[in-house]
Amino acid sequence: MAIVFAALSGLIFGLGLILSGMANPAKVTGFLDLTGVWDPSLALVMAGAIAVALPLFRLARRRQNAVSGDALQWPQSRQIDAPLVIGALIFGAGWGLAGICPGPALVLLGAGLPQGLLFVASMLAGMGLFGLVRRRITRT
Amino acid sequence: MTLDWQHFSPFTALAGGVLIGIASGALFLLTGRIAGISGIVGGLLQGPVRNTGWRWAFVAGLLIAPWLWRGWSVLPEIQISASSAWLIVAGLLVGFGTRLGSGCTSGHGVCGLARLSPRSLIATLSFMATGFATVWLLQHGLR
Repeated sequence: MAIVFAALSGLIFGLGLILSGMANPAKVTGFLDLTGVWDPSLALVMAGAIAVALPLFRLARRRQNAVSGDALQWPQSRQIDAPLVIGALIFGAGWGLAGICPGPALVLLGAGLPQGLLFVASMLAGMGLFGLVRRRITRT
Repeated sequence: MTLDWQHFSPFTALAGGVLIGIASGALFLLTGRIAGISGIVGGLLQGPVRNTGWRWAFVAGLLIAPWLWRGWSVLPEIQISASSAWLIVAGLLVGFGTRLGSGCTSGHGVCGLARLSPRSLIATLSFMATGFATVWLLQHGLR
């Protein structure tokens, strides 16, 4: 059951990205270009998403388990540490360079764009690289 | 600052955001999983030890979305100005950074903020900061 819910969620998420214009990298950089001619759309996308997700997470707080019966996997980490901030800073730099974050990257790939394939392949390489670095650090 | 009235699309932005919020909140309520896309994809790279069925299903949904859209309409304009070399650099940074920082725009920016997580707020402010700075450098600083 969880698999069907996850597929539907991914589909609705993707449709939301397309409808909102966030699957268009030019629209994302239009938001990030604060000092230029600024397109505030991305802020409204986040506001709309949070306004809906917030009560749903509140509802989840009152439950023991998810509807599927699986455990509710609340993120455990509370720490605001260097990996969090440095990682987010690195991610933001890449996001600004191309105007693409992981969700829209997969939509661009699904749309059959060669740039989507190139970006997703590089993103997977970056994730793999992180895995290697982390293994190296934890070993020493 | 001047507003880009030509491209600003408040209604579709809000409506699309609502869909993203429904998808994220419903995924958690129904399956107990956080709709953080970098985390979902990253979990697939860690091999078959982890519970991967729902991850593949979510990614498949995202990949199918543009196909479904095309079934009844034309995809909105997609404009990518980055060259192939910059796309590779950007992809590497996004992949590495989201794993190190445990999340991206969806995991921290939507789910984390909707959970009122201070950790996700710091992450979101951090990636927004370098996002703004990078675009400023590209559009104005280095010109």
